[in-house]
Amino acid sequence: MSQEKEFTLPGNARTADDSLGQATVNSGRRRLLGALGAGAAIAAVQGAAFAAVRKPKSIGRVVIIGAGFGGATAAKYLRKWSNGSIDVTLIERNKQFISCPTSNEVLGGNRAYESLVHGYDKLGKNWGVKLVNASATAVDAEKRRVRTDTAGEFEYDRLIVAPGFDFNFASIEGYDEKARERILHAWKAGAQTLALRQQLVDLPDGGVYALTIPKAPYRCPPGPYERASQIAWYFKQNKPKSKVLVLDANDKIISKEKLFLGVWEKDYAGIIEYTPKWNATGVDAASNTVISELGDRLHADVLNLLPAQRAGDIARAIGIVNVNDRWADIDWITLESTALKNVHVVGDALSAAPLMPKSGHMANQHGKAVAAAIVEIFSGREPQPTLLANTCYSLVDDKRAIHVDSVHRYDPEKKQPLVVAGSGGVSSAPSVEEGLYTRAWAETIWKDVLA
Amino acid sequence: MKQVLPLLALLAAGTAVAAGPAGSDGKAPAKPALSAASAAAVPYAVANCFNCHGTDGKTSAAIPPLAGRDRVYIEETLKAYKSGAKPATIMHQLAKGYTDEELAVFADYFSQQK
Ligand code: HEC
Repeated sequence: MSQEKEFTLPGNARTADDSLGQATVNSGRRRLLGALGAGAAIAAVQGAAFAAVRKPKSIGRVVIIGAGFGGATAAKYLRKWSNGSIDVTLIERNKQFISCPTSNEVLGGNRAYESLVHGYDKLGKNWGVKLVNASATAVDAEKRRVRTDTAGEFEYDRLIVAPGFDFNFASIEGYDEKARERILHAWKAGAQTLALRQQLVDLPDGGVYALTIPKAPYRCPPGPYERASQIAWYFKQNKPKSKVLVLDANDKIISKEKLFLGVWEKDYAGIIEYTPKWNATGVDAASNTVISELGDRLHADVLNLLPAQRAGDIARAIGIVNVNDRWADIDWITLESTALKNVHVVGDALSAAPLMPKSGHMANQHGKAVAAAIVEIFSGREPQPTLLANTCYSLVDDKRAIHVDSVHRYDPEKKQPLVVAGSGGVSSAPSVEEGLYTRAWAETIWKDVLA
Repeated sequence: MKQVLPLLALLAAGTAVAAGPAGSDGKAPAKPALSAASAAAVPYAVANCFNCHGTDGKTSAAIPPLAGRDRVYIEETLKAYKSGAKPATIMHQLAKGYTDEELAVFADYFSQQK
């Protein structure tokens, strides 16, 4: 196992310390304790929660690129399950965490945008994670170093890559930078969420909103159908002559089909028009017209395009994207890349197992699985496969929600997690009760990831 | 395929191991069983429940907390969800993903959180 090593790169220690009042103090004390020897430090920490003054000797260093649902969860649980004996540096380019889950509610006018925005400070304060606000730009796998744009370099024993997805904008011809200023995706929550909401608010009654959906896999399978429902709910209250056109490249609604169709027929008849097998491959930004693979053209007042997706660009730069030139293949016990040793992948960027969605909930589960595996490895034990569970709630109006859930267990023959036969399923019907659980879920998972 | 998660079986020292350890269904664990002494201290899969019930079962949101609740109550409730005896919006579906031994380990873990 790796012994405690001081960070040798000057940029690193300084930046990490600069960005973290609390951790600065801690890391100084850790060095001191490290010098006392393992026995003393570990004995001091046994059974104790994270008393800031009691730092065990480091058993390894982990650097994490990306502090979304996967990366931030991994950071917290590495610290928690190692009793603080793993050094964790979390590199994130955004200053705040902005939740994609429940952001569709903002579009429907059913949630304040501010409630999606969360700080990272508790990961430092409560767990001793070193937060670095910078963009990872390259990885030297040989020397085990991550380079960043503004914060220097970081050495690791194990690297976790959690960049989420990036769009392949070229999948929709004409969707260039200029077009993207006005024709939004809003598929990464943030400024675009607010901008799209504004476009909907500005839309006159009778105006048309159109949403295109790429072929699966993409982030959040039920997300587009939830978005259509939220916007239809908003139109129904405020702009009853307006329409929501859903142009889906898939053969049918790919998640909770019967439940969404039921709600649309009952509550949004005459508002939502759904067209399957409509693959958007071009856009004429000047006339706000989207063009299908077959040459159909459709004009809308508000166009909302979701291009094809693939692992975040940094994953490509590192060289771990080895499935269809889109996703990163992993070993399902350790979540280690099959392309690069000591590099692990979590969240949307990895090549998912069968029936495993790209969701925030699942990314959180990946984060815990990789934390468990690395704690075991650094402790000199054999990592064991752990269970993964998913739930995707969708809010279909201002109060009611539906869900889909599944439990995934590692199959030693197939060497990947498979849905446990008989487990999981979908809601029997939309309900207010599940609407309340959905909001509770959001509050709770944000804390599980960040606090 | 019913397979007790090796790690969990070991962790549940008093329960799962005694009841029928990993591999008792004929399926060998991925590696020769670790000695109990070297097994991890946390039943990691219990974190499957934290997203909704809070880290270590601690939450004040609408989904009920589990930390510090009665072990037998948690275990029996989970088994009732699993069998379908107790109706639910979601727990009847999730509980079916776990073995009875695992549910017992989860119940034990949550009951011990303060
Ligand atoms: C997706 C969210 C979700 C996950 C994940 C989840 N639960 Fe639940 N749990 C609920 C909800 C919602 C209820 C209320 C009953 C219902 O409608 O399903 C509940 C109820 C319970 C109850 C009954 C509590 C009481 O006060 O009677 C127990 C026990 C429980 N869950 C245990 C677990 C365990 C153990 C796990 C992990 C294996 C777990 N839950 C995972 C959402 C979840």
